[in-house]
Amino acid sequence: MTAPVQPAATPDLLYSEAEEDLRSAVRALLADRSGAPSVIARTESDTPYDQQLWKTLAAEIGAAGLLVPEKLGGLGAGHREAAVVLEELGRAVTPSPYLTSAVVATSVLLALGPEDGPAAGLLGDLAAGRRTAALAVPFATAPGADHTAEVTADCGALTGTVRGVADAALADVLLVHAPTGLYAVERTAQGVGVEALVPLDLTRPLAGITLDGAAATLLAGPRAAGEAVRRGLLAGAGLLASEQLGVAEWCLTETVRHTKERHQFNRPIGSFQALKHRMAELWLQVVSARAAARNAADALATDAADAPLAVAVAQAYCSGVAVHAAEECVQLHAGIGMTWEHPAHLYLKRAKADSIAYGTAGRHREAVAGLAGLPAS
Amino acid sequence: MTATPEAPELLRRTRELLAAHPPATTGRTEFLGARFDAGLAWVHYPVGLGGLGAPRSLQPVVDAELAAAGAPDNDPRRIGIGLGMAAPTILGFGTDEQKRRFLRPLWIGEEVWCQLFSEPGAGSDLAALATRAVRDGDTWTVDGQKVWTSSAHLARWAILIARTDPDLPKHRGISYFICDMTDPGVDVRPLRQITGEAEFNEVFLTGVRIPDSRRLGPVGEGWKVAQTTLMNERVSIGGMRIPREGGMIGPVSRTWRERPELRTPDLHQQLLTLWVEAEVARLTGERLRQQLVAGQPGPEGSGMKLAFARLNQEISGLEVELLADEGLLYGDWTMRRPELVDFTGRDAGYRYLRSKGNSIEGGTSEVLLNIVAERVLGLPSEPRTDKDVAWKDLSR
Repeated sequence: MTAPVQPAATPDLLYSEAEEDLRSAVRALLADRSGAPSVIARTESDTPYDQQLWKTLAAEIGAAGLLVPEKLGGLGAGHREAAVVLEELGRAVTPSPYLTSAVVATSVLLALGPEDGPAAGLLGDLAAGRRTAALAVPFATAPGADHTAEVTADCGALTGTVRGVADAALADVLLVHAPTGLYAVERTAQGVGVEALVPLDLTRPLAGITLDGAAATLLAGPRAAGEAVRRGLLAGAGLLASEQLGVAEWCLTETVRHTKERHQFNRPIGSFQALKHRMAELWLQVVSARAAARNAADALATDAADAPLAVAVAQAYCSGVAVHAAEECVQLHAGIGMTWEHPAHLYLKRAKADSIAYGTAGRHREAVAGLAGLPAS
Repeated sequence: MTATPEAPELLRRTRELLAAHPPATTGRTEFLGARFDAGLAWVHYPVGLGGLGAPRSLQPVVDAELAAAGAPDNDPRRIGIGLGMAAPTILGFGTDEQKRRFLRPLWIGEEVWCQLFSEPGAGSDLAALATRAVRDGDTWTVDGQKVWTSSAHLARWAILIARTDPDLPKHRGISYFICDMTDPGVDVRPLRQITGEAEFNEVFLTGVRIPDSRRLGPVGEGWKVAQTTLMNERVSIGGMRIPREGGMIGPVSRTWRERPELRTPDLHQQLLTLWVEAEVARLTGERLRQQLVAGQPGPEGSGMKLAFARLNQEISGLEVELLADEGLLYGDWTMRRPELVDFTGRDAGYRYLRSKGNSIEGGTSEVLLNIVAERVLGLPSEPRTDKDVAWKDLSR
């Protein structure tokens, strides 16, 4: 075996001016409408998302259509811009179907190459923020993993169950991957049962889906379906790194702010070297996570041959950084970090759940082994 | 010179230099001298001192053209301390006479430089140094001991900081000198290290006489001058673009691919974790490079040395373990005196031992973490008990 594949082109790891403008718009919206107290209050209500906030983000700012070409009703931007939106959603730990609908379900549909027909129609709706969709596979599924849903199709009617699907309870449409192909199912159709589960991450609802002869629209045959789902999960995993970056950044910033203000032993606790070093280490990890996340977003945006490796590297790295940052945030806030009122717990729950979503770091390291030519035996 | 030269102008001058001094038929030193005189040595330096007052970012234009033509380079590794530390300090604080005397031979590699800063009792707390310089008319007499001096056995000149007023607090009683390493009283002794090599030296200074004309900056302002030196030491990585597996992860990955019999599940997990971290560190360096090129330098540079020190240590430790029986062996314990610092060369055992220095040299990781915490994150400093105390009254 020889040297590893070198990346074909140098990725652009910076943020463009347009991306920074988009960030400002999203950040301003979330600062206004997704403050920590309202997020906490919402997690205990029956409406996990603020529908008005989603409409503004998806339709007015146009975030839902970033990945979709203009001729299909989107903005024709790309993964780099979507990644910036996810950084901000992570930073504010905002409940929103952005990752599942505007990234994963949208990428699955785009991979089908729809010019017209039901997939194109649905894409237009998703891009405009009129409807949302969820890919009906367990949230923990890694790209390329065998997730053969326990669903069978009989004359266009689906039967079976899928566990732990993110954002399924409020999605308008479920994209169901069965051995015979990919299907679109209306969530409210007869024979569709969606049971909300109690999630670790209060800001991202999970549901079990039961299909009992549910009417479905075939979107693609088995081969195209398999590839489209893989690409959808790859985009999800790759851009999840940006959400994790946002989570980690908030945790670091907030911890630094707190330890500068909190006095114990007659000095700010942030002046103690033992704490400073922990925050400096965290800063270095966040800086590194940004490079990894940007690399994945750029590779997805340019459809680089290197994209699967870039995504695996980003996930293998950023998952741990977000969890570490959130755990440090709770610890360095000490007592207050353990309370329900302080938002630190929301970030810990999001970070830990994200570390399982779309494949654990260990699963992504296994992918690296294959892609970088470092076999186990 | 009125206008600042831009890329096309630099390219024209570089081609002119190559035409007048074809690398194939010109001696190395002669070529380097001609390059210096043409202002193409460090283009951001002033005219007459090896530069053209051009933006520093344009140096790669010249370097690339010269490299393509097969021109000799001045081996920045061998003259690293002169190039990276002495030169910018002389440029910033030297007299015209000092600049004319020292910069050209330094750049063309005729004169090697070393750095007499650290002492056995003043490492991370550099300003605690005890080497004394006592003035007698136009001459200073220096007594003390320095340590960790790379290239001292090759060097003609040294940058030296010494205490000139013990009655002042430690940062204020220091002055900065240029020391002639061939003067009587300078005793360079090899310092054998963990690797078996003597890459560094200890330097004993006994009654060394330095003329006042070789002082850099005002008396008592040596700490300020040293800050320039140290800041330039840490101007790192810059334009370097590292390929995937370009660092220490390269040899261990090759061994993994070529020697399946060495593989175990546990080592596989460790290797993949470090491979990912090395790739992320490479990307972080690349992002920093892109920020510099875009004229938006970020603070990431302060952290890169930390990341590479830890990675080098973990990767080389894994490599020794992977080699199993062979990891029990060491290449050669003969005391050598390498001219170049060789971080990645030789065998795995050497890499393991040498990389232990990566978290100590050029600022320990602990000091760098403090710098990141205070300067980047803005965290408060620890209370200082030495700030207003005369150096002579500090406990040592």
